Amino acid sequence: MDANDTAVFTYPRSLSRTPTHYCPGCLHGVAHRLVAEAIDALGVREKTVGICPVGCSVLAYKYFDCDMIEASHGRAPAVATGVKRARPDLVCFTYQGDGDLASIGMAEIIHAANRNEPITVIFYNNAIYGMTGGQMAPTTLVGMKTSTSPTGRDPIDRGAGYPIRMVELLNTLEGPVYLARQSLLSSADIFRARRVVQRAFSLQSKGFTFVEFVGTCPTNWGMAPVEAREWAQKRMIEVFPIGVFRDREAEAAKASAAKEA
Amino acid sequence: MGEKILMKGSEAIAEAAVRAGCKLFFGYPITPQNEVPEYMSKRLFEVGGQFVQAESEVAASNMCYGAAAVGHRVMTSSSSPGVTLKQEGLSYCAGSELPVVVVNVMRGGPGLGGIQPAQSDYFQATRPGHGDFRYIVIAPATIQEAVDLMMDAFDLADRYRNPVMVLADGLIGQMMEPVVFREDPPKEYDKSWACTGCAGREKNIVNSLYLDPKDLEDHNFHLFRKYDEVEKNEIRVEEYLMEDAEVALAAYGTTARICKTAIGLLRAQGFKVGLVRPITLWPFPYRTFRKVADRVRFVLDVEMSMGQMIQDVRLGVVERCPVHFYGRVGGMVPAPVEIVQQVQRLLAE
Amino acid sequence: MANHIEIDRDRCKGCGLCVASCPRQIIELGRDINAKGYHFAVQVDPSRCIACQMCAVSCPDVAITVYRGRK
Ligand SMILES: Cc1ncc(C[n+]2csc(CCOP(=O)(O)OP(=O)(O)O)c2C)c(N)n1
Ligand code: SF4
Ligand code: SF4
Ligand code: SF4
Repeated sequence: MDANDTAVFTYPRSLSRTPTHYCPGCLHGVAHRLVAEAIDALGVREKTVGICPVGCSVLAYKYFDCDMIEASHGRAPAVATGVKRARPDLVCFTYQGDGDLASIGMAEIIHAANRNEPITVIFYNNAIYGMTGGQMAPTTLVGMKTSTSPTGRDPIDRGAGYPIRMVELLNTLEGPVYLARQSLLSSADIFRARRVVQRAFSLQSKGFTFVEFVGTCPTNWGMAPVEAREWAQKRMIEVFPIGVFRDREAEAAKASAAKEA
Repeated sequence: MGEKILMKGSEAIAEAAVRAGCKLFFGYPITPQNEVPEYMSKRLFEVGGQFVQAESEVAASNMCYGAAAVGHRVMTSSSSPGVTLKQEGLSYCAGSELPVVVVNVMRGGPGLGGIQPAQSDYFQATRPGHGDFRYIVIAPATIQEAVDLMMDAFDLADRYRNPVMVLADGLIGQMMEPVVFREDPPKEYDKSWACTGCAGREKNIVNSLYLDPKDLEDHNFHLFRKYDEVEKNEIRVEEYLMEDAEVALAAYGTTARICKTAIGLLRAQGFKVGLVRPITLWPFPYRTFRKVADRVRFVLDVEMSMGQMIQDVRLGVVERCPVHFYGRVGGMVPAPVEIVQQVQRLLAE
Repeated sequence: MANHIEIDRDRCKGCGLCVASCPRQIIELGRDINAKGYHFAVQVDPSRCIACQMCAVSCPDVAITVYRGRK
């Protein structure tokens, strides 16, 4: 090794060295790293409080090297509300899966967004309940087989409902400042996702910021990690389109630039 | 000591919390305790605090969990059906050892029940949500006592890092009485465990998950060593005219007040009747009942429920004397004369 | 030395995402297994590495460090 070589990609400071319990190729790990990188980029590790959910990422309190609170299933946005109302000077993020956020925690996420709580919500959408063994999630695709939709999610004959698009739902509210969905399904996507997460954290002081990641669950999808990524690219992105749905600060900047011109 | 102020029960409870240094309130409307959040929605912003009308009681209890996790004094209030929903967040508070104060202004049930006063949450207060844990439960009988106990509740919560429930009923909430607020400044407690940002220290974790059975057992043992301390130090009970009593009434909260009126009537007729009034429902004054049981002909337990506290009274009495029950429910409040008649009937048996 | 990556073999779970992400196709899952029983990834031809970080960003276990060599 040459001491003159520069390390251009290194382990983030805000991620602890504890190896994760995630299955090989599970993109929770990528999502964690992006959050840690954003905290590092903004230099706020020492005033950040993270809130982890119930789901596969329940042990995320071990993986981030900042103060962490473990919430009950779905309530992370309420816990974050308590944190920020008590200590508005802290930086606070929640990290939640689709069952946690879009099913049992639907009320908490909608109302935290509606109150424009100054928090950053990281939403990991893998269209399934990972931790409990692959049951149907609110974001499960129509026709997708899970352990509780064994013949495929059937909204018509079995009344199993349709996949819920959280970013679009939140985009109907006045409150939120930043709403984006980004995929973690290729390296190029992950580079874009890194910018999106940093943008969300940097706007947190203005209000509610939300990033949905389209991720995978290789284990419960019954696929190899690479195959899971490809499947999600083909099938999930058409249901969960990528993009920045709202950026109030950018819109305001554009509007004032247009006025000046 | 400050001056006497005439105040409505719910508002006095809220003001006592503010004076105890609580600047955060998270709640959801439910009768008969709406005056508490209404008062807080104005008052807390005056003292630089925060009030949030949550989307549900579930959310409110978890907001309390968050605020307590960063080391701030915090409270919520509700009534019976709402307290059921708060059990979630409060079990997590107990598991994670977070101090929170909860006011429960009880109403009748089950189900939606009614909005009139009741004491049918004794079980859900003293045998709370999922898992092995306890609330410290305190039950005021007057508004002055509610004010004093409310201030104590925050100290108990901080000292033992555990939820404290103040168990009241609609009568206490609605009555007006003159009260005096203690003026001692809030005590300071070590909160180095709180999630305040990890500057200059290792990270803190607030958590109730222990996946290894051994660890979870140890955690439960730890909690119960703490509860042993609470039982040793914090039992509060009033013995009223018990020195010469041949009959003991057992009652808490509003019902205890009614019992005192009944005792006045009975004593005027020459019946030597006294009252044992648990002020802490957990820890329960079992010893007092044990001691009393050797001296009286019987205990008459009076509640605005179908008989909940009576289970603890019986555990205290351990069959040293008969324990009888008289209860009204659904918002029906027992009149002193009904209690008088019960005592007379039992004495005549 | 030139561009290259370092793979922390004990962090690696052998998922193959880095292998599929490398535009130069110079990462492989090796024959050996690590302490956790995974066939860990190895860079087979560092001389072709362009230090593009594609492998590192795709790694869920943050097992890869990327170095850019001095010209
Ligand atoms: C109140 C409550 N209900 C149910 C559960 C069981 N449970 C644990 S994780 C989970 C689903 C998690 O799925 P998701 O949020 O999609 O996260 P993932 O595991 O896929 O990352 C459920 C239902 C629980 N812990 N608490
Ligand atoms: S079960 Fe699925 S979501 Fe959970 S760690 Fe494994 S791959 Fe990831
Ligand atoms: S840095 Fe780029 S070229 Fe080098 S091994 Fe990684 S992906 Fe391949
Ligand atoms: S992506 Fe990471 S964990 Fe997966 S094989 Fe490559 S180095 Fe190993």
